[in-house]
Amino acid sequence: MSADDRRIFSMSGIKRNHSRFVDIVKGKIRANLKDFVSQGEMHGRQGGETISIPVPSIDLPRFTYGVRQRGGTGQGEGKPGDPVSGAEGEEGDEPGEGQKAGKAPGEHELEVDIAIEELAQMLGEELHLPNIEPKGSKDITTKAHKYTKVRQVGPQSLRHFKRTYREALKRQVASGIYNPKQPVIVPIKSDMRYRSWAEAPRPQTNAVIIYMMDVSGSMGDEQKDIVRSTAFWIDTWLKHQYKGVQRRFIIHDASAREVDEDTFFRTRENGGTLISTAYKLALDLLEKEYPVNEWNIYLFHFSDGDNWSNEDTKLCMEILKEKMIPISNQFAYGQVESRYGSGQFFKDLLETFPDNERLVATRIAGRDDIYDAIGRFFKAGR
Amino acid sequence: MSTFREPPKEILQWRDLIRERAVAVGLDFFEVIFEMVDYREMNELAALGGFPTRYPHWRFGMEYDKLSKSYTYGLSKIYEMVINTNPCYAYLLTSNSLLDQKLVMAHVYGHSDFFKQNAYFAGTNRRMLDEMANHALRVRRHQEKVGIDVVEEFIDCCLSLDNLLDPHAGVIRRDPVPQNEADRVDAVPVKIPTKSYLDKYVNPKSYMDEQKKKIEESRVQDEKFPSRPQRDVLGFLLQHAPLKPWQQDCLEIVRNEALYYLPQGQTKIMNEGWASYWHAKLMTGGLLNDSEIIDFADVHSGTMATPPGGFNPYKLGIELFRDIEERWNKGQFGKEWDECDDYQAKGRWDKKLGKGRDKIFEVRKLYSDLTFIDEFLTEDFCRRQKLFSFAFNKRSQRYEIESLEFKKVKTQLLSQLTNFGQPVIEVIDANFRNRGELLLVHRFDGAELRPDYTQKTLASIASIWHRPVHIETLAEGKAIRVSCDGAGNFSEEDLEGLLTPEHGPAKPG
Repeated sequence: MSADDRRIFSMSGIKRNHSRFVDIVKGKIRANLKDFVSQGEMHGRQGGETISIPVPSIDLPRFTYGVRQRGGTGQGEGKPGDPVSGAEGEEGDEPGEGQKAGKAPGEHELEVDIAIEELAQMLGEELHLPNIEPKGSKDITTKAHKYTKVRQVGPQSLRHFKRTYREALKRQVASGIYNPKQPVIVPIKSDMRYRSWAEAPRPQTNAVIIYMMDVSGSMGDEQKDIVRSTAFWIDTWLKHQYKGVQRRFIIHDASAREVDEDTFFRTRENGGTLISTAYKLALDLLEKEYPVNEWNIYLFHFSDGDNWSNEDTKLCMEILKEKMIPISNQFAYGQVESRYGSGQFFKDLLETFPDNERLVATRIAGRDDIYDAIGRFFKAGR
Repeated sequence: MSTFREPPKEILQWRDLIRERAVAVGLDFFEVIFEMVDYREMNELAALGGFPTRYPHWRFGMEYDKLSKSYTYGLSKIYEMVINTNPCYAYLLTSNSLLDQKLVMAHVYGHSDFFKQNAYFAGTNRRMLDEMANHALRVRRHQEKVGIDVVEEFIDCCLSLDNLLDPHAGVIRRDPVPQNEADRVDAVPVKIPTKSYLDKYVNPKSYMDEQKKKIEESRVQDEKFPSRPQRDVLGFLLQHAPLKPWQQDCLEIVRNEALYYLPQGQTKIMNEGWASYWHAKLMTGGLLNDSEIIDFADVHSGTMATPPGGFNPYKLGIELFRDIEERWNKGQFGKEWDECDDYQAKGRWDKKLGKGRDKIFEVRKLYSDLTFIDEFLTEDFCRRQKLFSFAFNKRSQRYEIESLEFKKVKTQLLSQLTNFGQPVIEVIDANFRNRGELLLVHRFDGAELRPDYTQKTLASIASIWHRPVHIETLAEGKAIRVSCDGAGNFSEEDLEGLLTPEHGPAKPG
């Protein structure tokens, strides 16, 4: 009997069946992880620590009537030709769509709640991603607070009743006021005890991700959507690796500015493209807020590979070489192919940094490439 | 499960009273044992089909997952569950109000009476609680020997065939009478004995030829295997498929349990209608106090509610029973009634026969949903209840009301109930092409099979039969034969519109 079998045998009743079912579902997610990654449907479903993933219902196939092959009977007002709502097999219908409603109408979907942690683990296992060795974790420590101490001063709300009582009792016994026949304990100010915190040093493993994206005219909605999905999986993996992950977003055309996540994915400008502006802004941000020796720094830049001028590209390479790459754990460039982009920047990067291991550049031609891109980004375990 | 609790005293007192009333009105039921369960236990029991001990299988876990989620979101709540055993077990939800519990208990006595009395349950094993526990033990033992995955995979295969049953297998034995081998071979046309000079008139050549042909046909038929089409595909596989002992055992378990649930599926409308009829009768017959009337009406109408355009078996069942009672009370049946075409006279028709109560007791004994609807759904009833049939309109891509016409509605309803709503599939040749391949046929009745599921199910059968498996059916109006070679390869052969008699609706017998 395998270890897994033994685990299942040791459970009883519905728990066993349920955990068996959950295992099957997870197996399905794992087997189709690539599809889930490229779907990117996880957005907006994020609720705290878990996300809910739509998985096609696992069903036992039977010889059964095809959907819509059979009508039915109903009860209520109406005349021939009136639409019937709630008829069997209607779930597959997507309202508002003129075309045929889905390939497999009436297909039920299971909503499966899965911890992000677990999803990241699957991603790591499927893509064979090594765990990241956080840099400088030995030197950098933070202080964590825990309410384990007791003090003599504090707010009433944190009063420690038991301790206070004990102190008062001790005092009364010691001073001979205590009367066992009439055990009234009256605490005075010096008896009062309050809960308080203790500080515990903890190694810090903080990471900051700076997303940069070209929002010039040539980046269409489709490209942005790909970036959005890719970013989701980057977040998932890095959140799995680090305790605290901060994310910053920079968009650029001919100039760069920092925006919030929502704006990042929505903005569309018409201007030209000066990539260096984004790099400069990112550097600025890092210098001001994220000291290199305290933070693990991840830089992701998405663009369609067009830059305004060769000069600017040169400037970019310089910034990368001198400043950005040395301070970051990794600089990743994802080139989202579009019809308008020349893709020149990708080639320039590879020429300038033929084998710098801290720079990863990859081309993402479509949704199906997201999975591999994630793999390439984190292959080195940095 | 040892956590089940006996109901509190107050409920037990009500139970005794309700039981007394139920006996007084003539219900004759299995003794009912009520137990209190919380919502978690209720969901668990429901997921397990009512039985606390079932063999381990993930699908129960899936069901539990669904029920728990839907309960948590407030979408569904199971008030009660009854198991068809003797004695009958019924579970009450602890969080029910006292009124709920009273109503539910009255309802349960209705079910228990139905289980005991209805003819379709005649073959039911009333010790199913033990049987199910026994099944669990056997499956567990197999799993310990050959591994969880292997057994579960095989059970998955069996389960995907558990609708391929003979709907009357519980009551009628169809095993062909073993024929004497010698009789068959030597069979010759038999002359009708007569005087020799009359022989050529009494036994003319045409008659003799016909006889010969019949014998020949029956010989050809007998050489086929199975000699007659077999509706009980599961039973056929159980007898003839090359299975290991543990596989045979699992298949038998699945078939056994499917057969246990089958009559419940065949009498859903009647059973719920009957139980609802009695909970309403008993409760409003003096078991409610003044303050409970409104709440009772609320709960009762909640159960009877039919979503606009939907279908609720409770509602149809109770209304039909009430209609029958009224008709037999007033004598609105028989030749005279049928032949009367005076609308007003029919409206006033009341012979004061008072046979209604007796009639519904008789109906609950002898009918199943199919025969119940066939016999008692009248045009008048259909109009009063605003029944309609609906169908999918390809042009507008939606379901639409098709007809309010009595004939159409009734036909639609009957076809939904025929063969417990499942397509009729039969084994017609177990030595197809003389290569030991299995040929099934789908008796086409107007609705085509779902193609992707057909393939997957074929694969399940192939893994049990160990040889290629075929099914003849109709797809997009064309007769086709879908085949599965057992290695996951499928092929489809156009039978070129060649509709053999095999494809038509099954012949009786």
